[in-house]
Amino acid sequence: MRGVLTLPAASEQAGVVDSIVLGLLVISILIVLLVTALIVGFSVRYRRGSPAPRGPLPSFARRDLEMSYVAGTALMALFLFIWAAVTLVSLGQPVRNAVEIHVEAKQWMWKTRHPNGAREINELHLPVGEDIRLVMTSQDVIHSFFVPAFRVKMDVLPGRFTEIRLRAIQTGDFVLRCAEYCGTLHARMTGRVVVMDPGPFARWLAAQPQADDIAKEGEALFVGFGCAGCHTPGSSVHAPDLRGIYGRPVHLSDTRVVQADEAYIRDSILQPRHDIVAGYAPIMPSFSGLVSDADLERLVAYVRSLREGSGP
Amino acid sequence: MSGDTARIERAGPEEITPGERDSYLTHETGILSWLLTEDHKRIALLYMFGVTIFFFIGGAAAVVMRLELFTPGSDVVEPDTYNRMFTLHGIVMVWFFLVPLIPNTLGNFLLPLMIGARDVAFPRINLASWYLFMTAGMLLIYAWIAGGVDTGWTFYTPYSTAFANSHVVMAALAVIIAGFSSIATGVNFIATTHMLRAPGMTWFRLPLFVWAIYGTSLVMVLATPVLAASLLLIAAEHALGLPVFDPARGGDPVLFQHIFWFYSHPAVYIMILPSFGVISEIVTCFARRRVFGYNFMVYAILWIAVVGFLVWGHHMFVAGQSLYASLVFSFLSFVIAVPSAIKVFNWSFTLYRGQITFEPPMLYALGFIGLFTIGGLTGLWVAAVPVDVHVTDTYFVVAHFHFIMVGGAVTAFYGGLTFWWPKITGRLYPMGWARFAAVLMFFGFFFTFFPMFIMGYLGMPRRYQVYPEEFHVWHVMASSGAVLLAVAYLLPMGFLGLSILRGARAGDNPWDATGLEWCTSSPPPRENFRTPPVVRERPYLYHPDAIGPGHETREPHRRQGQQS
Amino acid sequence: MSVSGTAEALHEPWRSLRRQREGTSFGTWVFLGSELMMFGGLVLIYAVNRALHPDAFTAGGRETSLIYGTVNTAVLLTSSLTMAVGSEAARAGLRRLALRTLLATIALGCTFLAVKGFEYNEDIAKGMIPGPGFPLEEPAAQIFWALYWIMTALHALHLTVGIGLVSIFTYQYWKLERLHQSPAFEGTALYWHLVDIIWIFLYPLFYLMGRS
Repeated sequence: MRGVLTLPAASEQAGVVDSIVLGLLVISILIVLLVTALIVGFSVRYRRGSPAPRGPLPSFARRDLEMSYVAGTALMALFLFIWAAVTLVSLGQPVRNAVEIHVEAKQWMWKTRHPNGAREINELHLPVGEDIRLVMTSQDVIHSFFVPAFRVKMDVLPGRFTEIRLRAIQTGDFVLRCAEYCGTLHARMTGRVVVMDPGPFARWLAAQPQADDIAKEGEALFVGFGCAGCHTPGSSVHAPDLRGIYGRPVHLSDTRVVQADEAYIRDSILQPRHDIVAGYAPIMPSFSGLVSDADLERLVAYVRSLREGSGP
Repeated sequence: MSGDTARIERAGPEEITPGERDSYLTHETGILSWLLTEDHKRIALLYMFGVTIFFFIGGAAAVVMRLELFTPGSDVVEPDTYNRMFTLHGIVMVWFFLVPLIPNTLGNFLLPLMIGARDVAFPRINLASWYLFMTAGMLLIYAWIAGGVDTGWTFYTPYSTAFANSHVVMAALAVIIAGFSSIATGVNFIATTHMLRAPGMTWFRLPLFVWAIYGTSLVMVLATPVLAASLLLIAAEHALGLPVFDPARGGDPVLFQHIFWFYSHPAVYIMILPSFGVISEIVTCFARRRVFGYNFMVYAILWIAVVGFLVWGHHMFVAGQSLYASLVFSFLSFVIAVPSAIKVFNWSFTLYRGQITFEPPMLYALGFIGLFTIGGLTGLWVAAVPVDVHVTDTYFVVAHFHFIMVGGAVTAFYGGLTFWWPKITGRLYPMGWARFAAVLMFFGFFFTFFPMFIMGYLGMPRRYQVYPEEFHVWHVMASSGAVLLAVAYLLPMGFLGLSILRGARAGDNPWDATGLEWCTSSPPPRENFRTPPVVRERPYLYHPDAIGPGHETREPHRRQGQQS
Repeated sequence: MSVSGTAEALHEPWRSLRRQREGTSFGTWVFLGSELMMFGGLVLIYAVNRALHPDAFTAGGRETSLIYGTVNTAVLLTSSLTMAVGSEAARAGLRRLALRTLLATIALGCTFLAVKGFEYNEDIAKGMIPGPGFPLEEPAAQIFWALYWIMTALHALHLTVGIGLVSIFTYQYWKLERLHQSPAFEGTALYWHLVDIIWIFLYPLFYLMGRS
């Protein structure tokens, strides 16, 4: 069992976060010592009846002292902000070719799914040293995916996808906890993340009972809902080609450029009039109310899987 | 120590002939004269009665929680009951205890006195505020007896609107009504400060307690209505199925969080700003010095009040908010640390070259400065987004806000109570016991809440009834400290209560302080001042401008108000 | 300075009636600020949802009763006129004019509520209550209609309070229990104008959507 004051720093970002924490700890201790010294020092030295000299404050003490600590505090706050902001931005950089794992939260369990269809409940096996992207949604209320050892946390929302990017750098078992109050068994909505070396992980993954690859299921839905009717190269309807679209920038008719991520694909199915691709007419019908969340997941997975030049 | 007491007690009997003049307490008698009073001083005591009841209710919930958390397993209450307990604790302590605590008790009593007025601008609305407050409280208690609410005090949706089968609507309505009480108080205090200052009491001659109450009132008036809007929508969605935040129909649950925190962040400044005013009054009096940097202290209060409206997104760094929004809110959250730091340093430098004595109020004030500094510094931690990602929704945040709300605001309240008790009741209390309670509160608080920083960083989430064995030692520390803290809270109730029956009578000005409230009798007459004061000076005239206090003896000083 | 038997004499802690009037006016303005924040919050929620679901909001907006809404706008604007005249007339001591215009205000206010009642009746008959069986197919149109019900009901509640206040003060004035110089008339007029202004925002949000 690890020591009572240590928490494993099992992800790439953990070390970075811990260094900011250490910096904050040092600064905080120094300031606490300073304020304590001032208060205790002055209280003792200037207690009533003590022989310390009183009299008028030197004029610098009134003007310059005040301005100097206003400036000092402001500069320190700015320094800390910049340190934290730079870290935040760098941690948020998109990573190509991350392994995408789908997480679904519901009261009161975690369901995870690997790209090859392997599913887990309240557990998540990950390979060490690889970039992972968790794409998460909730079936009911807001939950929060929290792995203290990784220093990651992100709320998991119904009707939306949120993401965590991480790379594990230690193998082992790490606890997963729900960190957003979600009802009766919130405190028992825990699981574990198992980080393995690449070899054992590959063996583990291969040994999982394969559900149908959800992208294959998505292909069937793509045809069944009639998407293929417009979104294939041979169609008479002028509709955007979806091959290779995933992760690429898309130019919209209102001159904005957006990233074709999961949310974009999902919105295009549910609210097609919202973001029209430049050069196309707003004629796609909305499938809102016709496509269930589960179907949506499969369709998105299918589009994700389309490479340039491939197709149904 | 005994010299102090002797000096104060000697000052008493000679100055007052009991029964010669009546005070606001004896002016009228009978229960109706209290329930239908328009006297701000009596209304303050009515509020004192109310917040004390709610303090015990919220405290009882905390006791249940800390008992349960003494062990890792679930052994005291069922999970649903525990969830209702932390919700009750949050709702009661935030809206029925901390928000009205200093403004409606000390603020109500002192604001007119400190500016030389006879009452607040709208005395009948002041009484109506109290009735709204108590009605809201009764509704909340009823909701509890009927089964309680389990959404957390933050009412997050969709849990609160579509999944919680508890008394969400009744609790939300109770909070809305308490909000109306708050708004009415805010309007009253703003109008009072603008329009009823005594001749010569210009804005920059106001005591800092008045500025603090004024700033608080501005925030109350502008922020609380947004809370009403957000809870109204929750109630409508829960009770009538009117979807606003329902994701199945295109609504955005995170939008609720934005609207909720747009109020609830300024709310925390409503809870702490008045404390700043109390501390300024106490430190100046017991250091016998003018406050260091009066103008900056005023600007700091206004800066906090304004910027407090711009930082709400720091509660939502992991809510799915965009990176850019998080950066903006993080920046502004660092900005708002600066005025608080200014205040802490200014209080510290007010001690410089003073003639410091350690009366009970001063001990509370010094304890406040220490605990508030620690709480405020951890604010920098949670303002840094990568750190907040790790510690938000854990006990780290719980410790952060309890250091400020409890280590700060409640300590300041007790300091203010012991400082103005002689003025309010005309009685003195035993200094020894009071000093002991102040010191006990500091250590009890620290022992209760400091371990929470550690276990929060180690990954102990909030709102958890059960937890793994590795956190056991921290929870035991916290629960044990809570026992000390509880004693420290109860002790003053004991000796202050006894002082009403048996305490020595206080003179007009037992602490020899400079504010206008000390220029009238203790307790004050119904009309506050027998002759209306005229102000010719700045506040805190403990010593002449260019000269500090002398070497040993307490010097005679000028009072701010002269009787005209 | 006090007048016996009146409901609104000089009141503690004020030293002069003029100052008391100023205080009441000031306090009313501050209170109005708080009301604006509340409705502002609701309008913001409307705005965000409209930005997220423009088509659904347009579809929802086509189903509101434009005629009732427009009639009510005219009624309320007129009532603001009569209220302004009434409050100024009271202050100037023009008793008959004041009483007549204040009564007209009450009547117009009640007319608004009556028209609203008919409108709600029609909305319910058309089934415009969010939930299963809602006639429009876009799910977010239910959000539009939820906000319609909540915000117009909240407005109507505020109007009812306004009618109540005007009624009480007018009655007291008529019975000579309230002086014409009472600050209550100006305060109530300010409140009435706020209720009017809020409606001026609600009208385009709920009645002019999708009708251009």
